[in-house]
Amino acid sequence: MSELTTGSAAAGSASEYEPKIVGFLCNWCAYTAADLAGIARIKYPDNIRIVRVMCTGRVEPTFVLKALSAGADAVLVAGCHPGGCHYQEGNYKAYKRTLLLQSMLPQFGIEKERFRLEFVASSEGEKFARVVGDMVAKIKELGPLSGAGTRLAALDGFFAADARMEGGVNLG
Amino acid sequence: MADKLKFAFYWNASCGGCEIAVLDINEKILDVAALADIVLWPVALDFKYHHVRALADGSIDVSFINGSIRNSEQKEIVELLREKSKVVVAFGSCAHLGGIPALANLCSRAEIFDRAYRETPSTVNPENVLPRPRTRVPEGELELPVFFDHVYRLDEVIPVEYYVPGCPPTPSMIAEAVTAIATGKLPPVGTVFGSARTVCDSCRRTKEEKKVKAFHRIHEVEADPERCFLEQGIICAGPATRDGCGTLCLNANMPCRGCFGPPDGVADQGARLLSALATLVDSKDLDEIQGLIDQVVDPAGYFYRFGMSSSLLKHKVLRPERTAAAQGETMAQAAAAAEEGRGSR
Ligand code: SF4
Ligand code: SF4
Ligand code: FES
Repeated sequence: MSELTTGSAAAGSASEYEPKIVGFLCNWCAYTAADLAGIARIKYPDNIRIVRVMCTGRVEPTFVLKALSAGADAVLVAGCHPGGCHYQEGNYKAYKRTLLLQSMLPQFGIEKERFRLEFVASSEGEKFARVVGDMVAKIKELGPLSGAGTRLAALDGFFAADARMEGGVNLG
Repeated sequence: MADKLKFAFYWNASCGGCEIAVLDINEKILDVAALADIVLWPVALDFKYHHVRALADGSIDVSFINGSIRNSEQKEIVELLREKSKVVVAFGSCAHLGGIPALANLCSRAEIFDRAYRETPSTVNPENVLPRPRTRVPEGELELPVFFDHVYRLDEVIPVEYYVPGCPPTPSMIAEAVTAIATGKLPPVGTVFGSARTVCDSCRRTKEEKKVKAFHRIHEVEADPERCFLEQGIICAGPATRDGCGTLCLNANMPCRGCFGPPDGVADQGARLLSALATLVDSKDLDEIQGLIDQVVDPAGYFYRFGMSSSLLKHKVLRPERTAAAQGETMAQAAAAAEEGRGSR
């Protein structure tokens, strides 16, 4: 890289804004619940891109930050209820990391609602659909994280202006 | 050796510690002087930029550049040095990762400006005198460098061959780099000097069970000098930090702050430390877990103390309408404070 970093900025129109949500779902429960929701033809918004993991404990904080910095508007991690993890403690680990990440994200101007952990058992297809529906509604309220007028676009704007050495100090 | 090597040392957004670190190699500095002619070193020698411009491209063998890139003057000079140098070494945490100056990426440029020129309690500026990019004076126009919106690490601005980590780099680390250059035994381009492993791997403190019921900040407790800091509930960046310093801080009974940056294979130092820290919490009660996590104050500051410019998120950014609202607030506060100040004087 020999230039000030420039990322990508996709244009998005606010009126028909459809959030992009990355969902890391535990193979043993939430993923099965998502399947069940499908089989039972329960309707929920299709804004979620699902990544199947073996346990919520496998979802490293890096995955979440990577998704948010690459254009996802929100990240959902869903897995077994407390006490129900197939690897004993993976979901507690996920819970602890979630709380700490949620306390850090606002320091970067990212609302903590954009990262959510939910416990969803394999039989809870309804709950899975409700969680996704809820989350999509909430993120629609918050607005996009990438695209015109957003965090990523603003960063790109900085980089471009700095590379041109424009602006100077804004004296207001 | 027939021809002496040519070295340049340059500083950007930095504290001066890296310059002191070079001087700290003591009598070895004479070896450096025997080995190389120095063509630019603002802290110690009186060379001008036009001297560097006059050099042929690629005629400087190695430029050691410290500090992060915060303004247009720094960008201009490092681009010049890149043209004139065969090898560029990012020297110290700020050039390598952003360093302490890059913590300013948690604020906007406008906030920094207001804070420095209007809001600090020690600022008395009733006439609102402010620096401007261009100022007309009878003799002509004066120009200040542009203060960037973001703090960059060196390799975001110019290509860099090697990295010497540390805040500041240790004498042995500097000697290792200089020896490699002098003997022509250079490692592959992109190498970060130091080890590929973590500070924990070299730390000799006793490690038993990583489980804690409370987090403390280092000034709040008397730390046991023999036990792992994390096991005492004191945040230590050892598990997320590249080894190579000789566990300097640990030896002085201070936790590692992470100045060597992430070890090989770790994409985001802060995320790695966050993960290590959260996992320590010894509880299965969801409320108790919340209580413990709440004890970690300023997580971004701890996790990215030296690595903000290399992090995945890089910068705090609010959406434009929020920035406007937040800015309106600081301006209103400043106006109110100015009003108050006038009244009491
Ligand atoms: S966490 Fe800190 S104190 Fe504990 S082993 Fe690692 S470097 Fe040593
Ligand atoms: S112990 Fe950590 S903070 Fe201290 S010098 Fe080593 S890497 Fe840097
Ligand atoms: S196996 Fe489902 S959360 Fe661990």
